[in-house]
Amino acid sequence: MGETLRHAWTLARKDLVLEFRTRTAILSAVVFTALVLMVFNFGRDPTAVAAIDLAPSILWVTFTFAAMLALNRAFQLELENQALEGLLVAPISRTSIYWGKLAANLVFVAVVEAVGLPLFVLFFNVPVAQVLGPLVGVIALATVGFVTVGTLFSAMLVRTRFAELMLPVLLLPFLIPPLMGAVQVTARLLAARPLSEVAGWLRLLAAYDVVFLTLATLLFPHTVEQ
Amino acid sequence: MTLARKGHWTTVVGLVLLGGVYVRAVVFTPVERLQGPAQKIFYLHVPAAVWTELAMVLVGVASVVFLFLKDPRLDRFAEASAEVGTVFAAIVLTTGPIWGKTVWGTWWAWDARLTSTLFLFFLYIGYLLLRGAVGDAGARARYAAVLGICGMALVPFIHLSVYLFRTLHPQPIILKPSAPSLPPSMLVTWLLSFAVFTVLYVGFVMQRYALGRAREEGDDG
Repeated sequence: MGETLRHAWTLARKDLVLEFRTRTAILSAVVFTALVLMVFNFGRDPTAVAAIDLAPSILWVTFTFAAMLALNRAFQLELENQALEGLLVAPISRTSIYWGKLAANLVFVAVVEAVGLPLFVLFFNVPVAQVLGPLVGVIALATVGFVTVGTLFSAMLVRTRFAELMLPVLLLPFLIPPLMGAVQVTARLLAARPLSEVAGWLRLLAAYDVVFLTLATLLFPHTVEQ
Repeated sequence: MTLARKGHWTTVVGLVLLGGVYVRAVVFTPVERLQGPAQKIFYLHVPAAVWTELAMVLVGVASVVFLFLKDPRLDRFAEASAEVGTVFAAIVLTTGPIWGKTVWGTWWAWDARLTSTLFLFFLYIGYLLLRGAVGDAGARARYAAVLGICGMALVPFIHLSVYLFRTLHPQPIILKPSAPSLPPSMLVTWLLSFAVFTVLYVGFVMQRYALGRAREEGDDG
């Protein structure tokens, strides 16, 4: 177990170093997030719909798209020079590879969200100061769900035709339950309602994370087997 | 008799029985007090909906066993079941709005259950698209199995979110913890219809399975 985690961390660090040295992907993802938020602003009639009513949807649609964009590149990195083959013959377990990729993706998406959230607050004038802790919590819960399934699928799809198109098509149905939960919880938080109103949704989000993390860990070896 | 012929005849029997069920539903089953004749679509809509989900569960079960045994027959069954599930989902998504227009007054409500069937439909389409996008047969079977298992795991989450989401849809009246709250004559008609849909599912899957096998033989030869 300790060894698996250490290898996973090595792999994640390798990906993140690569990512933050080249900076192209992370910068593009951040700019993309800002642009989606802008699109939302001009995609509504401000005299008819108050920003606050749309805020939870805006936040979550933006994060969903940003996560999807980030996940596309997770295994694309490994295609160059058959790096994936190298990784697979390395004396590390498949679980380490999956967890490593998962950790790197989580950090990547978290960075994008860390920039996206303040922009969202700024652009739409959403009062989050009182509920920042729980809001970050629900973002974390939903993001783990998104990235867990997404990392598994992107490993599988990277060598298929039209991978960039296939990922959203396969992934979006899986993102709907956590998305529904996240939107509901966010809406209650922004309306300053107690969290006990959405206890069911929070349990659903947590169960989703646990089930799919377990499942993806078990299934990942089958997606890279030769 | 070949599998394809057997499947063909099973389907024919199923379709004839479906006609029979509808005679019973229209002529011999009481008209629902509030919904009137529109409720008759229930005997088509709900069995198809149940089989849409069961087909996904069977895809998942076949996928799990496939990953252990690597038996190509299981993969072929999963493929067949997914295609039939897609057809049943299409039936649900066609009959749902027709029923909804009469009873709710709108073709499409973003009601959670209708929406989740729609997502199940997209899940099926994604599954079939994935099968189309992978050239190598071994990889195709493995990838499809991974997606099938995830799809099966997603079904309970879809259901949970249905209960939690504000909904127009009636709460389940047959598959619920307490006894079905349906008059006995309607329940019998529904059960008959469900049995017929089971026959149809088996017939369709048999034919599709035979087609899948013929295709593989064609590829090899």
